[in-house]
Order: sequence, then C-alpha cells, then structure tokens
Amino acid sequence: LTPSILEQVRQLASDIFGVPAERIGADSSPDNIETWDSMQHLNLVLALEERFSIQLSPEEMEQMRSVGLISEMLEAKLHGHLR
Amino acid sequence: MTPEDKIPDLRSEIDSLISTGCVDSAALRIDALWRREPGPASAAFIDTRIDQLRGRLNLLPFRVAVLRSFTLEPAIPMLRAAAFCYRVDLRVHVGDYNGYMQEILHKEGSLYRFEPNAVILAVRTADIAPDLWQDYSTLAPASIQDATQRVCRALEQSIKSFRESSHAALIIHTLEQPLRPAFGVLDSQLEISQSDAVQSVNRELCRIARQHRGVYILDYDALVGRHGRLLWQDERKFLSVRLPVVAHGLLHLANEWLRLLIPLSGKTAKALVVDLDNTLWGGVIGEDGMTGIKLGTEYPGAAYQLLQRAMLDLSHKGVLLAICSKNNSDDAMEVFEKHPGMLLRPANFAAVRINWNDKAQGLREIAAELNIGVDGLAFLDDNPFEREQVRSALPEALVIDLPEDPIQYAAIIRDCPAFERLTLSAEDRQRTTLYAEQRERAHAEPNFQSREDFYRFLQQEAEIAPVLPTTLSRISQLTQKTNQFNLTTRRYGEQQVEDMAAKPGCQVLSIRLKDRFGDHGLVGVAITHDEGDLCEIDTFLLSCRVIGRSVETALLSHLAQRAIARGCKRVAGWFLPTKKNAPAGTFYHQHGFECQVQNGDGSLWVLDLQNRQIACPDWIKLNVIKREDS
Repeated sequence: LTPSILEQVRQLASDIFGVPAERIGADSSPDNIETWDSMQHLNLVLALEERFSIQLSPEEMEQMRSVGLISEMLEAKLHGHLR
Repeated sequence: MTPEDKIPDLRSEIDSLISTGCVDSAALRIDALWRREPGPASAAFIDTRIDQLRGRLNLLPFRVAVLRSFTLEPAIPMLRAAAFCYRVDLRVHVGDYNGYMQEILHKEGSLYRFEPNAVILAVRTADIAPDLWQDYSTLAPASIQDATQRVCRALEQSIKSFRESSHAALIIHTLEQPLRPAFGVLDSQLEISQSDAVQSVNRELCRIARQHRGVYILDYDALVGRHGRLLWQDERKFLSVRLPVVAHGLLHLANEWLRLLIPLSGKTAKALVVDLDNTLWGGVIGEDGMTGIKLGTEYPGAAYQLLQRAMLDLSHKGVLLAICSKNNSDDAMEVFEKHPGMLLRPANFAAVRINWNDKAQGLREIAAELNIGVDGLAFLDDNPFEREQVRSALPEALVIDLPEDPIQYAAIIRDCPAFERLTLSAEDRQRTTLYAEQRERAHAEPNFQSREDFYRFLQQEAEIAPVLPTTLSRISQLTQKTNQFNLTTRRYGEQQVEDMAAKPGCQVLSIRLKDRFGDHGLVGVAITHDEGDLCEIDTFLLSCRVIGRSVETALLSHLAQRAIARGCKRVAGWFLPTKKNAPAGTFYHQHGFECQVQNGDGSLWVLDLQNRQIACPDWIKLNVIKREDS
C-alpha cells in the first residue's frame, strides 16, 4: 500500500520545514509555518520533483501556496502523466 | 535492518536513538537513511540532526566556502548529509550571488573571515565568458582567442589574489560546454569551434592550477556529460529562480564536491578490504569449484573483472588492498594462482585473512598488520549481514553498500570519495610493494639475538634533506596522514610547508630510508623554529611503516646537531596526545628531554644541548643533502 499523495507531501514538508508531520495538514502554508520561506519553498519543490520524478514549472511553483493545494496540483499532474 | 524498513520509521528511530543518547547507533541509522533515500528531504532532516549530534560524536570539523555565479543553495544540505556519512561536520559558507570576484579580492571580507579549509569556485560559462556563450556567432576568429585569453587571465589573477589571503585549498569548476553550439553542426567544421574555445579555456585552467599549490580542478563539464547534458539542465527554473540544475543534478554535484573534500579533510580509506565469494567472483568457490565460479571476459563473469580492474587502479594510486573472507584458504588461493579470469594476484594484496573467524576480528588484525587505524579501512562485501555486523562492531570503519547487481560494483568503488587522492607520490604508486617488502622483514626479524643485530642486518641508509620541489607534496601528505608516530599532529598544506621552509629561523627536514629489502621512500618530517637560542620542534613525525627501528633517533640527532651549529643552546618540543599517537608518547623522555610544562593540551619537553648529545645509531648510515644553491 503506497501512502497517499497528501501523506507524502506532509512527510516531505515535515523534513524540509523541520516541523513534526503531525503538525502539518492540508491547510499548512507559509502563513502558519514560520520556516516556509522562499529558499525552503525551492527546497520543497526540488524534494517533490525527486520524489515524484517530475519537473515543476514556475507557474506550478506559484500555485503551491499550501500543502492541500500542492497535493491537488500533484494529483492532477500525475494523473495527467498516466493518460 | 532489512531493506523493507520504511523511511519514516527510520526517522523516528533516529530521533529516539538521539534522545536516549545512543549517538553511534543514531549515526549508523542516519547513514542508512542517506543511502536509501539521498535527496533534498532526507538532507534537510539529517542537517538538523547533525546539529544535535555535534559534540556528542567524533566528527571532524571542516569549513568550506562556495563562491558561485548561480543558485546552488539547495545542494548544501545534501553536501552536509553526504559528508556526515564520512563523519565530517561540514560548515558551509555560500558567497553572494555572482559575487565571487569581489569576495576573492576583499582581503577583510566575509570569505576570509570565515577561515575556510577549502573554497569552491563554481562559475557558469555564461557568466564568466558571455562572449564564448551567447555571443559566439558574432565573434571574429581573432576575437575568440582574445576572449579565451581574457577568461584565463581573469581566473589566474583570482587564484593569485586568493593565495595572498588564504592557505585554503581552492577547487575550481571547469567551464561547461554549451548544450547546443551556436552554429549547430557547422561548429565541428570550423577551425576554431565554440566547443574548442571552451575546451581551450579548460586546458589552460588545468595548466594554471598545476602551477599553484593546493589548487585543484573539478571537471564540471565532465560531470554534466556523465549525467547527460540534456537531463542536467532546467532552463525554466534558471529563468525563474536562477537555479540551472535539476534536483538530482544538485545531488550529483554535492557528491562530486565530496570526492575532492574528503581527501582534503584526510578522511580517506587507506586500505580496501574485500570479501571473495560473490564479491571478487560470482558464486562460492567451496561449492561451485574452479569451473563453476563466474569470472572472465564475458557476461556475467565480466562484472567481477570490472571490479578487479577498478581495484588495481586504486592500488596504483596508493590504496592498499586486503582480503577478509570466510573460506578454506587453499580453495581461495587456488583461484588466485590458477584461474585464468583473475586480474588480481596474491602480490596485489598487502594483508590476507582467509579463515572462519568473524570479519570484525579479521579487520582488526588487518589494520594491526598494516599499521593503520581501523578508521583507515574500507570494507566491501556482498553479504548485508556481514556488513551490518562490521558496522556495529567497528563503527569507525567505512562499510560500503553493494547493490544486488554485480555489474555496478566497479562504479561504486570508482565513485567512492574515500578512495580519492589529490596528489600522487612515487611512494603511492608502489605502496603495495613496500608492504610486501615489509612482510619479508617481519619474517626475517625473529631469528636475531638482539634488536641491534637485526638493525645491523637491515643495513639501513637514511638521507636527510631540506624541502625540495620534488618532495614538497609528500612532506605535506605526511603531515596530513600520519597519526601514530606524530608528536604534535599539526596538518599542513603544501603552501604552508613551502612558506615555513622560506621563513628565516625555520627548518623543514625530511628523511628517506632504504634497507636491504628495498626503498621506503620519504618516511619522516621534522619542522623547527628558532626563538633566540631555543630551537622549538613544531612537528616531528615518522610514517608508521618504519616505527621501531630507531630512524626517529637518527632524525632527532641530526636535528639537534644542526641546532648546535646554529648556536642554539636548548631544543624543546611539545607532545600533544591524541587518540592515536601513544607510540610517540615516550619519545622525548627516552632521548633525555625533561618535562617542563604539563597542561590540558599536552607536555613540553626540553633538552639542554650543552650537557647532552643525541648520538645517531651506528647501524644507520646517514647522508645529508644540503639545500641546492640557485
């Protein structure tokens, strides 16, 4: 059983922002996670690219304003790949 | 530990080991996490754990500054995580975006205040040579030459300016080739193509680097080529956040940096200890027999020949090879002597343990026989059980993980930073032979009535000389690598040795040794400074190969004689104890020095030259080379 995309994003965000995974939810965003600055945002982008073997465009990087939005964007992108 | 361990479980295990104080086990689990999932997320996790482990674990501090013309910050946590697996605690300073030239020139700036051990200069071709990059199609042939010259002079000037302010090692990236030359296929038809122009800058850069001490080239263009130029770049990310390299490319870049930083830090493996069955050949000799094992020029036996060739290459740059295998010795030796597919021969190995003892024991014995620490050993074995056993019994040894597929074995050895070397001395090239001669000496030894008889039998000839251009790198290497017979364990780069040798009142001496069994090469170094009529010994060391045969007395005696000739009345030296230099602990006492100071750092020993002489042992023939006057 592979963990859901949201689960994986939470785990990666936990590593990158140095916040326990339990404290990260779909509504976690730069507004409520102090360490989520532009450089850590880039690190999160790279971690997602590594984990899912994808490349994210500047437009997609702009959309990534919360853990929930990131998961939705990935869901759509990865399904797109399968088609 | 099984490969099925889930990554999050490993993380919580690491945290609970740290919180319960099991720092060695925590470190091994961090290594496992990094091996299993190297990348930005694990790196961020490991990065914060290194901060928690600092001071509680034996980590070597090392400071690196990265000067750059593009965004490379995300590579830094990966570099620190990878270095941690070698027990190096890397502190990294990243220079201002595209500010590399100002930082090199600013003598009181943040770069030099950081006091780096090593500095990496990573500059894109597009930034340092824009005319050779986007403007190439507009350049006349004469201007191309001007452009390459200008880049080379700029780099040469920055090396010189850097050296005026720092002794640190300097690592310079080569310029990368364009993904698509301006003129397309026409480029290869031109007399001076765009790729020639970039290539000529790189060639000249290598030449300039060779002329400077402690300046090394990282072939960035070759790195990009190895991983595929097209797959390396992320044009959109460059145009949006100035990051030109894809995520996995940053990981490869961090690993490539480490291949130079590990030898600079001295955390290299001196010997590679290998298993036999399913490592040096496919199958089990005791079961499959000479005709059943897989080894030869064809697949699948060729995979093992690739590994053997990689090991031969390592041995030719000074890495010792040894065997530790659970086997019947006769079965195994028959393969070495008779199997046509074997590239390695018994003579390629400096120590051999083929028996049924546990491997940690075998490794300890091999380290003792080779006179190196267990932390100088790397261990290669296909069996995950043996690897884990050695890891937990000998956490200081480097245990290399092997994948299931033997075709990858050779590449893993070739890419491993612990086997990298940045200089190659004559001693390195023939190190295995030196150890083979040593074994003969060890066999000769027990038949003599006294140590002195044995010393006489050895017919030792020593040659003492000042620093020469040909010996500078070996002298620096000895200060970096010698741990046991080393009174002060002060590490010096080539530039520092050269500077000391040029300083008035400072003497840098080296000693070479030959005996009836062969030439040991340059094996000892002594550095002294005169303070009035006191000659202070800054450094006194002897390679572990020649400990215990009174060469140290010969060197000390000569040092004292020279001090007297310069008008010195006393000679003094510190013994600074480390975990490893106990063999040198009684040295000054044995030679009549008196302990004058004893403190937390060590002890200071003084000899009054007016009352006491140190005689050179009469069984060592001493030749003294004077500095060549030029």
